[in-house]
Parts: sequence; C-alpha cells; structure tokens
Amino acid sequence: MISVNDLRKSFGDIKALDGVSFEAQDGRVTGLLGPNGAGKSTTLRILYTVLKPDSGSATIDGIDVVAESLKARSQIGTLPHASGLYPHLTARENIAYYAKLYGMSCKVVAERVQKIIEQLDIRDFADRRTKGFSQGQRTKVALARALVHEPRNIILDEPSNGLDVMATRSLRALIRDLRSAGKCILFSSHVMQEVAQLCDEIVIIAEGRVALHDSAEGIRNRTGCDDLEDAFVKAINLAGTPL
Amino acid sequence: MNPLRTVFVKEVRDNLRDRRTLLSALLMGPLFGPILFAFVINISLKQSLSDDSEPLDVPVVGREHAPNLIEFLKSHNINITAAPADRAAALKAVKTGEHDLVLVIPETFGAQLADTIPAMVEVISDLANTQAQRQSRRAVRALRSYNQQLAALRLRARGVSPVVLRPLNIDVVDVSTPSGRSALLLGMLSYFFVFALLTGGMNLAIDSTAGERERGSLEPLLCLPVTRDQLIFGKIFAACLFMAVSLGLSLVAFYVMLKFVPLEKLGMTPNFGPGVVAKAFLLFVPFTLLGASLMTLVASFTKSFKEAQTWLSVVLLAPTLPILIVSILMVRPSTELMLIPSLSQHLLLVGLIKNEPVNMLHVLVSVSGTLIIGGMVTLICARLYRREGLLG
Repeated sequence: MISVNDLRKSFGDIKALDGVSFEAQDGRVTGLLGPNGAGKSTTLRILYTVLKPDSGSATIDGIDVVAESLKARSQIGTLPHASGLYPHLTARENIAYYAKLYGMSCKVVAERVQKIIEQLDIRDFADRRTKGFSQGQRTKVALARALVHEPRNIILDEPSNGLDVMATRSLRALIRDLRSAGKCILFSSHVMQEVAQLCDEIVIIAEGRVALHDSAEGIRNRTGCDDLEDAFVKAINLAGTPL
Repeated sequence: MNPLRTVFVKEVRDNLRDRRTLLSALLMGPLFGPILFAFVINISLKQSLSDDSEPLDVPVVGREHAPNLIEFLKSHNINITAAPADRAAALKAVKTGEHDLVLVIPETFGAQLADTIPAMVEVISDLANTQAQRQSRRAVRALRSYNQQLAALRLRARGVSPVVLRPLNIDVVDVSTPSGRSALLLGMLSYFFVFALLTGGMNLAIDSTAGERERGSLEPLLCLPVTRDQLIFGKIFAACLFMAVSLGLSLVAFYVMLKFVPLEKLGMTPNFGPGVVAKAFLLFVPFTLLGASLMTLVASFTKSFKEAQTWLSVVLLAPTLPILIVSILMVRPSTELMLIPSLSQHLLLVGLIKNEPVNMLHVLVSVSGTLIIGGMVTLICARLYRREGLLG
C-alpha cells in the first residue's frame, strides 16, 4: 500500500506539489491522471525516493520514503519515465544486474531472471544485446528489470509512452495480472482511455493538487459528465474548488 | 554479492564490449605515446647522425679560382659537384630548392689571397630549411679550418708561433652519464604515461554520470535499494582498473619501442628494463584513483557525453602542466614536491631512468599524497552524486 500525505515540493519559485494526499490500495490499480506539468512525475519521484519532499510524508507499506529510503526502495518496482537500458548488455544481463543490486544471491538471480523472462514473454530476445531494441522490447525489459524482485508495490511513470497497440495491450494484460496477484499498482498517464480501461481508482492532479479522487464511475457522477474526457477537463478547471 | 562489486563487475563487462572504450583505453592511449616518440627520435637521429660520417655534396661556382681550397675541402669529406653557371644562377637554384647550398668563389679570390686581403668566399644557402642549415654549418666549419690553417702558415712565415692566437685553452668536461643524458629525453615519457592512464578511464568516467543520464538509465538505477556511494565508488574503481591496464600497456609498449630505437647512437643508454617498467607501474598506479575521480567529477557537471568529452580533454592536459614547468625550470626532486600528483611520479620516474638510488621517503610521500588527494576527490564525487539535481 502506498500512502501520500500532504506532499509539498518547490523547484525554485515553481510550486510543483502543493499538498498532495492520496492512498493506493493493494490489489488495485490507481491511476495518476493530469495534464503535463501537473506534478505527476514529481509525486512518483518522491515515492521512489530520488526526490525529497519539502514537507509532508509518504509511506510504502508503512515505510517512510525519506527516513528509510533504502528499505522503501526494496519494496517497490519502478519504471521511471526515462528507463534506459545498457546497450552493450543483453536483456538478460540488464535484468540480472538489477536483480543483484536488489540483493539477491547469485543462485537466485538466474532463477528469478528466467522466471520474469517467461512471465513477460521476452524469451525471443532475452539473449540479444539491447542496442537496437524496439520501444516495446525496451519497455518490456525495463519492466522485467523492475519486477524481478517481485515487489508488492509497483510504480510506473507513463509506461505506455511510445508503445504501439500490441505492446500497449500486452502491458495492460500484465498490469491486470499483477493486480490479481494482489499488488499495489500506481501509474501515471495523460491518456484518458488507458486510465479508464485499467484503473480501479483515478487520482486527478492539477497544479500540484489533487482535484479528484474516485473511481471512473464516481468521477463521471461527480462532474456530471458522461464522457470521461469531459469529466477530466472539468475536474481540472475546478481544481482548487472542492466538488 | 556486495553492490559495489556488482557495479564494478558490470561496468568492466559493459565497457569491455564498448568499442569506443576499448579503442581509447587499450589502443590509442597506450600506443599514441610510443609511436609519436619513436617517430620523433628516428627523425632527430637521422638528422644528427647523418652529419659528418657521410660525404657532403657541395656545388662550387668558380672552383678553378681556388684549387688549393678545393683540395682541402675534398680531403674533408666534401664532394665538389657540378654547379650553376654563375652567382646569379646559384642564388636562383638555392631559392627554388634545386640546391641546398652553393659555394661561390669569385675570380678575385687568388689575387686577394696573395695580397693578404681577406678573400671573399660566399656560402649561399636557405637557412629557413633545417637540412640546408646543417649543411651550410658543415661547409662553413670546413672553410674556417682552412682559414685557420692559412693563418697559421702566415704567422709561421713571419716567425710567430700560431699559439699566440690561442691565449685560452677551453675544455668542457661532461660528467653526464649515458643514462643521465637519456633522462632528458625520456623525461617526457611521464606525460605519455599519464596521458595513457587518463584516456584509459575517460569513457567510464563520462558514462557514470553524463552517459547514464543521457541514456536515461540513471533514474531507474537510483531507485534500487543501493546507496549512491556504492554506485559511484563501483564506477570509479572500474575506471581505475581500465586506467591501470592502459598504463601497463603503455609501459610495455615503450619498453618494446625502445628496443627498436638506437638511442645509444645519441650517446644515451636508457635505464628502462623490465625492473624499471614494473617500478614505474607501481609508482603511477596510485594516480589512477585521482585520475578516475577527477574525470568523474568534471563529467558530473556536464549535460551530455559530448560536452563531457570536451571538458575532459582539458583534464587530459592538466597533469602535464607541473611536468612541463619542472622540465623547463630543471627543478631537483624534494620532499615537498612529492606532494604534487603527476609531478612526483614524473620526478621519481626520471630518477629511475637516470639509475639514481631510489629515495624511499619520496616514494612514500608520492604514493600516500596522491592516494589521499585521490580519496578526497572521490569523496567529493560521492557528495555530488548524492545531490538531488543529479538527474538534471
């Protein structure tokens, strides 16, 4: 479970986060939705501990991300917005490198890497160097790398960026699988349809604040818009005034 | 496995597969120095050795005016060859480069000599051309000795001893040893070793910050349950390994190269056997930590691989400055100087090449001083790696 409590963060004069609070439950997919620059990535970056909040707190399974950042990091699998691979290493080696850094013993590493390769259907290109991989292949390897330690919490920053239809579909299927396995999944996106299809809960962020937090159905009801996209726009315009 | 070791092993493996790194670490860096050195030495050998042993061809205009002088020149290993028709033609021939040197003896030569008026002889040459310069120097030397011989004869004819004209007897006593003389030339080896060492780790240093950031692999790496210190130390140590390999290769390359360069002909016997190679390696190896951390430090301020390369080429030159200054000022080694990295290694290496006894205090100060400074820069790198702005 991921819980975020009144996060604030400024970069110079720019207020990126202005009191963001929400919870993402286990066994559910929570979508962080918002226009560009709304604060989605900043929130996620604080959660996976590469940024520190100015104030407020966030916990992963009850572990504070600032006070116990190393421990918190081992509880999450992360796919940041930029998820580059090492081009001179094969897909398998890329994944194994992370597995080792997650603290697995050499014996377990090979086993787990093989398992995630099967699970994400990477077998065909697992032993090729990642230089020249397609965006879809890259994302799969990056995802495998993030999931190799079987984390209970998964944070994905715009995972479907640059993916074609087939790759997006298989990503969605994977996220559903992870949900059925009881994981807590938090991902950001600015694509309405994706969020609508996949998420149990939607957190709409605008101007560094949570504008709305509800299910897709709830959002439609509360904004009075049938179309989710209209609802999204309305929610953003109303940001700051509670609905 | 310890995360630091995991990072180290991965960096080494990754870079062993990178053609760019291999080219610079294992080929360019180590071979650039020896090849350049062999090239320069061979050219200067050719120039200085060809001098007196080989006959010099000199075209002479008006040879019929001075038969004795011509005989004298011939006996001094100078071949008299066909010359342009007159002085004007000779000037033109030298200007166009047809001849390097033409000797012109005017018609009046015999008469002036007989009247004890200083007789005119012209050496026409283009002194901007080093080869011509050397030849004309040799021709003038021969003419001077003819001049002295005639002067001595004239004095004797007047009943004066020629010794009167030599109030001083100047003798220069050279106490330099062949290995000492070679130190002058081989002193520049230090630069090549430092250069090879630094180029060896350059790509790794760039990769650990600017490279990872540009590739987008830094952010996921920082999400792992590993401290940033462990990441940066692993990377710096991997760069150290590449630097050490590059240094070793460069030393061996020089050792092999020196076997093919006839330095003895220049009166030099370099003391650069396998023992010195091994000692030099041990003296320079502490510098790898400083080199790797310094390059990582500089690279961490840059935004891209290209920008990092530009700045690091400046870093490549930095360690040569103290070496250069000291070579010009001819400073003797002292304990304080051993605190300056790259300079201390240079001075100790020169000592080795000169075959001087090794001052263990100097070695100790050099090694520990360089390691301490390297350690401090490494800690600064770690600090920078911990800051939030690292992701850019």
